[in-house]
Amino acid sequence: MEFNQTQAIYLQIADYVCDQVQLQYWLPEGKVPSVRELAVTLEVNPNTVMRSYEHLQQQGIIYTRRGLGYFVSEDAVKKILAGRKEQFLQEELPLFFRKMYMLGVELDELKARYEKFKQRQLKAQ
Amino acid sequence: MISLQHLHFAYNKAVPILQDVNLELSPGRIYGLLGKNGVGKSSLMYNMCGLLFPSSGSCSVLGHTPSRRDPAFLQQVCLLPEDFEMPAMSIDQYIRLYAPFYPAFSSDAFEGHLQTFGIPRQQSLPALSHGQQKKVLISFTLATNARLILMDEPTNGLDVPSKRQFRKVIAGSLREDQSIVISTHQVKDLDSLIDEVLILEDHRIILQEAISSITEKLSFRQVMSLEETEAPIYSEGALKGYAVVAVNRKAEQSRMDMEMFFNAVMTEKEKILPLFNR
Repeated sequence: MEFNQTQAIYLQIADYVCDQVQLQYWLPEGKVPSVRELAVTLEVNPNTVMRSYEHLQQQGIIYTRRGLGYFVSEDAVKKILAGRKEQFLQEELPLFFRKMYMLGVELDELKARYEKFKQRQLKAQ
Repeated sequence: MISLQHLHFAYNKAVPILQDVNLELSPGRIYGLLGKNGVGKSSLMYNMCGLLFPSSGSCSVLGHTPSRRDPAFLQQVCLLPEDFEMPAMSIDQYIRLYAPFYPAFSSDAFEGHLQTFGIPRQQSLPALSHGQQKKVLISFTLATNARLILMDEPTNGLDVPSKRQFRKVIAGSLREDQSIVISTHQVKDLDSLIDEVLILEDHRIILQEAISSITEKLSFRQVMSLEETEAPIYSEGALKGYAVVAVNRKAEQSRMDMEMFFNAVMTEKEKILPLFNR
C-alpha cells in the first residue's frame, strides 16, 4: 500500500480497512488481522495501527472480543457507506462544484454523461 | 524507564558535546533521534548504553546506571553501531559466540529476520557484502529482545528494497516492554515507524514530542500560493506551489512530513519550540 503525503497515516490505514470490508475481502463477523500482522504488511509502527483500530471501533465498524482480537461489525458495510457518503458530500463535492463553476460547466451537461457512466458500470458487473 | 537528567558529556573539556540533556523514554515506543551531523547523536546513545560516561548529571536506564556496566544491565541493552567490523566466522558461529550474552535472545526471530532480508544462510560473514553484514547485525540486534535497542543510522548502506524489509522487521518486532531509539538522517525511510521525535541541537534535546501531538499543533499541506494558507511558519517550494508547515487552527489531520518538520525546526526554532512548551 502506498500512503499519500497529505492525510495522517492512521486515517489512511482506517480507510484501507474500510476498503477491505466494503469489497468483502473481510466479511462481517470475520476476524480482522492482528495489530502486528497489519503493521508488518503496511510497514508501519504497530502503535499507529492500534490508533486506527481504536478509531474504527469508536465508529462501530469493528469491535473487540476479549482475548480474541478485533472483528468486523455486522452492520459495518452500512456504516462505512453512510460515513463515506457524508464525507463525499461535505468534502469532495464542494471541490468538484468549484471546478465546475470555474469551467462554467452546468449540471445539465453532466446528466447524460453520468447516465452513460452508470450503464457502463452495470455492464461491467 | 530511561531517564537522563542534566547530563553533560565532553571528549575534552574545551569542546562540550552534550550540555544539560534531559530525556525520559517509555517502553513500547519507537523514538527517532534527529540532529545535524556531529551534533552528538551517537555520543548520546553511547552514554545510554555505558560505552561513554557522562561528565556530570544522571543517567538511569532500566533501573541501572549504565557506566557501572553491570552484566544484569548489559544483557538488556543492545546497540547497533553505525560502523562495525564482522569477525571471520560463519553466521552460526557468530550466534554461538554472542547470543549467550542475551538471555532473551530468540533464534526463531533471528532466522525470521534473516529470511525477510534474504540473507544466504551458509556464507561466512566476510564473504557477505557490507549491506548484507549490516542486515545480519540488524537481525541480531532485534533478536536479542533487549529492552533498550539503540540503532545508529541503521538504514545507511542499505539498498532501496531493504529499506522496506527494514520497516517490516521493525514493525513486527517492537514489544510492549521495549524501547527502540533510531538515530537517522534518512528520515523518509523511517517516518512511518516513529512514535516520537527527539531533536538534538545546540548540545541539548530541544524537542521531544509524539508525532500525534505534533500534527495536532501543526498542519502539513501543499498549496498553490502562500496566501491560501493561514499562519504559515515554514515553506518550501514544491512542484506545484509550496509545501507548508502551518499552525493547525482547524484541527486538520495531516500527515507529518518528518524532513520538512526537521528543517522547519532548524530554521524557525523560536516560532515552533514555544508551541511545545519545553
